[in-house]
Amino acid sequence: MTSARRALILLGVLGTLAVIGPWLAPYDPATTHRGYWHAPPMWPEPGAGFAFHPVVLEDRLQERFAVDRTRTVGWPWTAGEEPVFLLGADRSGHDVFSRVLAGARVSLGLGILAVLGATALGTLLGTLAGARGGATDDLVMRVADFVLVLPVLYVVLVLRAVLPLVLSPGLVFALMLGIFVLVGWPLVARGVRALVARERSQDYVVAAEAAGAGAGHLLRHHLLPACLGHVAVQASLLLPGFILAEATLSYLGLGFPDTVATWGTMLREAADVNELSRFPWTLAPAAAIFAVTLVTNAALQRDSDREITT
Amino acid sequence: MPTYTARRIVLALLLVWAVASAAFVLTRLAPGDATMGDLWESAEARDAARRRLGLDQPLAVQYGRWLAGAVRLDFGESSLFARPVADLVGERAVNTAILATAALLIAALLGVGAGVYTATHAGTWGARAARAVSVLFLSTPPLVGSLVLVLIAARTGWAPVGGMSSAGLSSAAGASGWACWIDLLVHLPVPALALALPLAATLERVQSQSLGEALAQPFVRATRARGVTMGEAVARHAWPVSLGPVLGLYGLMIGALFSGSFVVEVMTAWPGLGRLMVEALRARDLFLVAGTAAAGAACLAVGTLVGDLVHAALDPRVREAR
Repeated sequence: MTSARRALILLGVLGTLAVIGPWLAPYDPATTHRGYWHAPPMWPEPGAGFAFHPVVLEDRLQERFAVDRTRTVGWPWTAGEEPVFLLGADRSGHDVFSRVLAGARVSLGLGILAVLGATALGTLLGTLAGARGGATDDLVMRVADFVLVLPVLYVVLVLRAVLPLVLSPGLVFALMLGIFVLVGWPLVARGVRALVARERSQDYVVAAEAAGAGAGHLLRHHLLPACLGHVAVQASLLLPGFILAEATLSYLGLGFPDTVATWGTMLREAADVNELSRFPWTLAPAAAIFAVTLVTNAALQRDSDREITT
Repeated sequence: MPTYTARRIVLALLLVWAVASAAFVLTRLAPGDATMGDLWESAEARDAARRRLGLDQPLAVQYGRWLAGAVRLDFGESSLFARPVADLVGERAVNTAILATAALLIAALLGVGAGVYTATHAGTWGARAARAVSVLFLSTPPLVGSLVLVLIAARTGWAPVGGMSSAGLSSAAGASGWACWIDLLVHLPVPALALALPLAATLERVQSQSLGEALAQPFVRATRARGVTMGEAVARHAWPVSLGPVLGLYGLMIGALFSGSFVVEVMTAWPGLGRLMVEALRARDLFLVAGTAAAGAACLAVGTLVGDLVHAALDPRVREAR
């Protein structure tokens, strides 16, 4: 399988997850289960037909729970009154598992849309620079170089801090998307430009041009197809960075408001060292970020390694 | 070479100016200012405070004053800490530099060492294990890494969590120099490792691949045929040749250290530049925001500049390219 196909499959699978994630969640991510603050994760018991033993609050002040081994309840989607937390519950009694799934739509969705946006803008400007050459090329590449040397995190922080602290989640989503696309396109554009410039002087392109092919035809049938593989791989490698940027901004309190479940806002609970060490399952969104990064690297890293060294 | 050097320095200065100015202007345009968080006896008292900070002037006047000071390295006074920005930024930049240097050293030692091992022992179980660990670390961004390391440190008590020194132990409190240094060393592993592990993994992959390619070259086989031992052939012949791609990662490393240290500082309460920037932004401390942005851009620019100049000094093709 080519690396480009792997990249497209990866984006497709993660995109599907972002869309259906919230529907898979057993509980409404905003529901606070009273009496289950910081309830521990529950495991299916092989001895009890893979059903769950419910947990009962033992010490409210210490938030200590006991497992009631005399009773069993079913899987969270089918369970009745008593909630079942696959990944435990957070400070307010939210089901962490449901919130990770619901947060996937924001975190993964934002990341994937930003990848698509950066790819589109980067490909457009890269082809323009590579195909036109001359002054256009100089201008586009200078701007790209400038964006690449910017201390991105500082710029994003300042840009975000300019705006009022409280914004509607939809607006935050749109703003972050815009910022990520603006800082992400140069990487794609650089590669596309180099490839277009190289392909343009190849015999087959020259032949097509001599046969009377117009600029549009050349781009559609010869130059862009030649870039596709590179673009798919480069763009997908941007994904972990974007997801991480959302998490960082939200963690710092400059991203989504706490009322929206995203992987970043969920990590805010882990900011308290005491709570983190007592209730380590609040790290579940960090595990999700790790998983996405690992899958991306495993699918694509070998190709980008080769690119770095050559 | 002098033209190339001059050109790069001018570009670096332009970058610092552009970032700091943008930070200044944008923060000023943002709603609210440094006086908004405090309780004031009367509107007059608040107006007086705003006048003292120069916040009542038009933006152009404020910017002009700030720029005139900045070129003389006077970055104004922080309203949050009531101290000169230059002093504050200087202290914090040293802390960030300590963290970044430690992380770079750890990453280089671990990464290059592991890369040489996996390349020379290709196909063995040890190399496979090292490679698997490397993929894991590669996928552990500093945000995730620092959370996990803080969790481990808090649960096992192997290392103190958060900060740069223990409470009450500072040179000001009369502790001896050695005690302070050891205290710092104890606090360093958690943030430095969180920063270093993904970088070490990147270095390992590239070192392993380039050394593998170098080992396949005819001249290495020729030295082996002359009876040179494997260790010597690697150390004296193959490894130096394989270093090119590894050093080529330098720019990437500087950028990663820079953005990574920002996150790690916030997560582990390391009193560095990144943390200062977040504090300044939250308090709308105009001069401090601009000062930290300038310092941050300067660190990044100097890091990149040094790399480019060394690269150009070693490789004539680079300096003649443009």
